[in-house]
Amino acid sequence: MHIPDGYLSPATCAVLYGGAAPFWYVSLRKIRRRLHTRVIPLLSVFSAFSFVIMMFNLPLPGGTTGHAVGMGVTTVVLGPWGSILAISVALTIQAFFFGDGGITALGANCFNMAIVGSLVTYVVYRSIAGRSPLTSRRRMFSAAIAAYVAINTAALFAAVEFGIQPLLFKDAMGAPLYAPYPLSVAIPAMMIGHLTFAGAAEAIITGGIVAYLQRSDASLLAPFSGMAAEGAVTDARTPILGRLWAGLAALMLLTPLGVLAVGTAWGEWSVKDFADAASRERIAAASQHRALPAGVPEGLHRLSSAWTAPFPDYAPQFIKSEPFGYMLSAMFGVGLILAVLWLGRKFLLRGGNTP
Amino acid sequence: MSQHGFLSGSIAAFTHALQHALESEELARSDGWLQRLNPRVKLVGLLALIVATAASRKLSVVLLIFAVALVMAMASRVQWKTLLTRVWLPVLGFTGVIAVPAIFLTPGEVFWRSPFGGVHVTHAGLRAAAMLVSRVETAATLSTLLILCTPWTHVLKALRSLHVPVEIVAILMMTHRYVYLLIETANEMFVARQSRMVGRLDAAAQRRVATRTGGVLLGKTVQLGEEVHLAMQARGFRGDVRLLDEFRMAARDYAALALLLGITAAALYVGH
Repeated sequence: MHIPDGYLSPATCAVLYGGAAPFWYVSLRKIRRRLHTRVIPLLSVFSAFSFVIMMFNLPLPGGTTGHAVGMGVTTVVLGPWGSILAISVALTIQAFFFGDGGITALGANCFNMAIVGSLVTYVVYRSIAGRSPLTSRRRMFSAAIAAYVAINTAALFAAVEFGIQPLLFKDAMGAPLYAPYPLSVAIPAMMIGHLTFAGAAEAIITGGIVAYLQRSDASLLAPFSGMAAEGAVTDARTPILGRLWAGLAALMLLTPLGVLAVGTAWGEWSVKDFADAASRERIAAASQHRALPAGVPEGLHRLSSAWTAPFPDYAPQFIKSEPFGYMLSAMFGVGLILAVLWLGRKFLLRGGNTP
Repeated sequence: MSQHGFLSGSIAAFTHALQHALESEELARSDGWLQRLNPRVKLVGLLALIVATAASRKLSVVLLIFAVALVMAMASRVQWKTLLTRVWLPVLGFTGVIAVPAIFLTPGEVFWRSPFGGVHVTHAGLRAAAMLVSRVETAATLSTLLILCTPWTHVLKALRSLHVPVEIVAILMMTHRYVYLLIETANEMFVARQSRMVGRLDAAAQRRVATRTGGVLLGKTVQLGEEVHLAMQARGFRGDVRLLDEFRMAARDYAALALLLGITAAALYVGH
């Protein structure tokens, strides 16, 4: 999953560096607050540990061997923010000194494995483990399942990054400039290996090490288990997370900028657009002047009445101001997603209260 | 897999990493064009060329950058054999496997049609595969040149010129130091276990050995972190990081930087 240089376009690399940067910043701030002068030595040795654990040759069911990334065990012990930094540092050392993963693709690799991997591990681990005792088998299985889900989610992100390259970047003759396979090939090709071997390696090393720690030194599992006073439970109320909420709110307030966009997004035409002569001209211009069907396509006409959205065109009909309608729709949409996530977490944690 | 295969595999990986590091350090101390340059110039110049390689839309430009990399390798006394075994063959093996199916799968004008069945090679497929392989080979050659011709601690310190925060540079430098200690520790644990094995271990037992070793290594890591922290505090560490900047720019460095950035600018201009 270590993407080398040359597979992703510089634009994709830049976007993923940009996407990773706020997570690195927040992680460093949170870790510095928790660990004070311990930050540098502890993160250094844990990064070194992550690096070495990636070199372990692990026997897998079926007679083959595999390597783990180590995101599972690092997250369970260090928490998501510490793991983001430790895995990122390990990936940087790998890219610069061992040629494993590219330098331009370092942002992408850190985004997929360190950030997505650590956060997914943490959410799944805490959700399944609930408040089960530190030495319970449930906690060990939670860690293994979390690592399996996390490495596959990270692989899916990498596959999507590969798969969008031929859609976005082609030369004048239409030949792909970077990773050449579309999503329909990239996703199955990437996921088959990760759903089987790489996922198994990550789950085995994480579950195995957690089982060992449960017998030898369970206190190492305590800080991010949800059982201790410190850790992520209190972290969730820190000002930095508050700032992220403020950022989300600012983005919601900026949604009226969407009304500045002219016309309809390509491929989002309605029956009305096909019936109107001016709209038809705009659709043809946006589609390289390919001939449009004479009337409204039969399938579009039939399916358009199958479902009527409560907020058509992002603005409820009873609201006259379009920017305000956009903003209200954004708040409603984000609120709906957060409510589903909150309910899901509540449901899973309620299950976890009865070990 | 042989009964000791998983242990031998890990030991081989550790040994390879240590050998790789020793060879790189040795080459970085030898006398050559890149070795004589300021590490910041090498880092900025070679990274700029890697970005130009990634950004180019023309195969000819990528191949010209590859030629520049070869000239730099010759001027820096980097053996062809070293590049062949470390970069070109491994990259060709990995990227070639990914690129070859694209020759057949990429839609476009047919270049060659197999007389047996519906297999055909397209012009677009050939261009896509050639572009991918040459781009990855060139970028990997450039990044390997950076590492082979610069002591690793200098590369990390030079990251400050890219405005990487000083704390991160300090963490990278310490990680780099402790990676070798932990590799050595893990290696010793595996060798000790291997020397005590007289029978066959089934797959489940092998996995238990590997994960227990990982667990012990984690325990040792935590202990090491605490010891290092106490040692740093004993030396007066209060959380502020300072790095000595011993790099000085000479006229040769300015000339080399201008040359490398000039080639990058030309490649970016022509490549688009």
